[in-house]
Amino acid sequence: MVDKTSRWLEDRLPVWRDVAVRLDAVERGRAAAPEDVVKVISAYPEIARDLAIARREAPRGPLTRRLEQIYLELHRSIFRSPGDWRRDLARLFVSDAAEIAQSLRWHIVWVTALFFASASAGAWLINQYPELVGLFASEAMIEQVQSGRLWTEGLLNVAPSSLLAVQIFTNNISVSLFALVVGIFYGLGTAYIIGLNGMLLGAVFSYTAQHGLAERLFEFVAAHGFVELSVIMVAGACGVSLGEALARPGRETRVQAFQCASLRAGKLMVVCCAFLVGAGLIEGYISPDPAYSLALRLSIGLGYLAVFVIVLSGALGRLPRRAE
Amino acid sequence: MDGTLKIPSVTGIDVELRIAGPGGRSYAFVIDWHIRVLVALAWIIVSGFSFGGIDAVAALEASPSDFLLIVVLPAAMLYVLYHPVLEVLMRGRTPGKRMAGVRIVKRDGGVPGVGPLLVRNLFRLIDSLPFLYLVGLVATMLTKQCVRVGDIAAGTLLVYDDTDATAFDDAPTSRGIERLGLERAELVRDLLARWPELRQDARAALARRLLEREGPVPEGLGDDALRERLEQLLK
Repeated sequence: MVDKTSRWLEDRLPVWRDVAVRLDAVERGRAAAPEDVVKVISAYPEIARDLAIARREAPRGPLTRRLEQIYLELHRSIFRSPGDWRRDLARLFVSDAAEIAQSLRWHIVWVTALFFASASAGAWLINQYPELVGLFASEAMIEQVQSGRLWTEGLLNVAPSSLLAVQIFTNNISVSLFALVVGIFYGLGTAYIIGLNGMLLGAVFSYTAQHGLAERLFEFVAAHGFVELSVIMVAGACGVSLGEALARPGRETRVQAFQCASLRAGKLMVVCCAFLVGAGLIEGYISPDPAYSLALRLSIGLGYLAVFVIVLSGALGRLPRRAE
Repeated sequence: MDGTLKIPSVTGIDVELRIAGPGGRSYAFVIDWHIRVLVALAWIIVSGFSFGGIDAVAALEASPSDFLLIVVLPAAMLYVLYHPVLEVLMRGRTPGKRMAGVRIVKRDGGVPGVGPLLVRNLFRLIDSLPFLYLVGLVATMLTKQCVRVGDIAAGTLLVYDDTDATAFDDAPTSRGIERLGLERAELVRDLLARWPELRQDARAALARRLLEREGPVPEGLGDDALRERLEQLLK
């Protein structure tokens, strides 16, 4: 018996070493050699058999553990979905994002309604009680508005466009992602963030209107604001969908529903973050620059919004899903 | 605390992976945290010196935006993007995880894709609340598979992945197997591999038990002598 085991090990060791090397080449190489791939696939049942023998002869020994690792790597390599990141990325922008946005359309409607209701509440509040503006704006901002100037004026004298753009899109991406993840508190966290941002916007617009600066503020936000706000609505909808998955998981378990909602939301947010980078660049380079007229700003803002809507509406068509 | 993840396969030969508990996870995280802090600091020092030398603070006063763009922002990016970027590039590992012998896998044992890895990192915003990853730590202590919120969202978990890649290179010889049988030869090899990690009295006791099956072992044999005798058994 010992002699048989010894011969078996002598026979099989070179095969295992060869499979380990080829497997490594297949996993690391961009384009694996066909013979390596064929060898790796045909080795799978052989290694399974060897592993069964090794477990009987030397359970938990180093050889068995190494064989288990190779077997697991073979299993992963053979049964994983084919990957092509360029195609996956293209499909995400062309069809997946639209599919997810369609499935969240009612969430988007409700979150938008909440945002505008909060904005109206904020505007009404400051209209009735202007002294409460300190709840929404810093002292420096209030002083500037009272002296007839917007805090956005002369921004380019303080920081260059490049830095402004980076700061802005980093901040916007953080806010959007935060609005998404706090949806884990049964959607209440997201509702709070959306409500707060809505009130803030309404209050600030109302206060600037009281000082005759609302038009200038609109002029400032016209180029970037439409997409920026739309992305925050979509992020909010994703956050609410997380909360809904936990509160009403349907036929799935809560964990499964939450996982599914998170992965869908994550995909959509990749697309949204790309748009936020664009909005940040516009806000850094175009919005603070007085050389751009309102008409041009509106064209840029609405044009960019149109691109955003086209992507999320599925108007770009569909890319076929790869065979699983 | 550590459980196992069973990976079924079409051949009927299943594999079990040991799930990393809060200890293994924290160990990997602490190593990674040190690496990213050091890398970010290194960038600040190197770029800060090239920017303004020892007078970098004066340079900051003169041109704060350049300083922020060249020095601070890349350092912040290195710190923040360390996990998501490396986990994607290293297929579920990071340098810290590699050192701690753990890796991220899907619930079916497979390598997670870009989507789950990004979602897992996105939920660090929740796991890091209110400070020092308290939510994440508590979650790993309370959940059956020792997962944090990000892992639940992404459908991933951390498993031990610390097999010795040289196991085939120093496999037992035919004479070793004939003398001991494969199972005991492997036990001896395992003990020799773990020799430096074990306490001296523990490894001596284990070595004696293995050697006594082959014949009497004189009293008073030192640590090196016991090790040498074990090595002889395999030759």
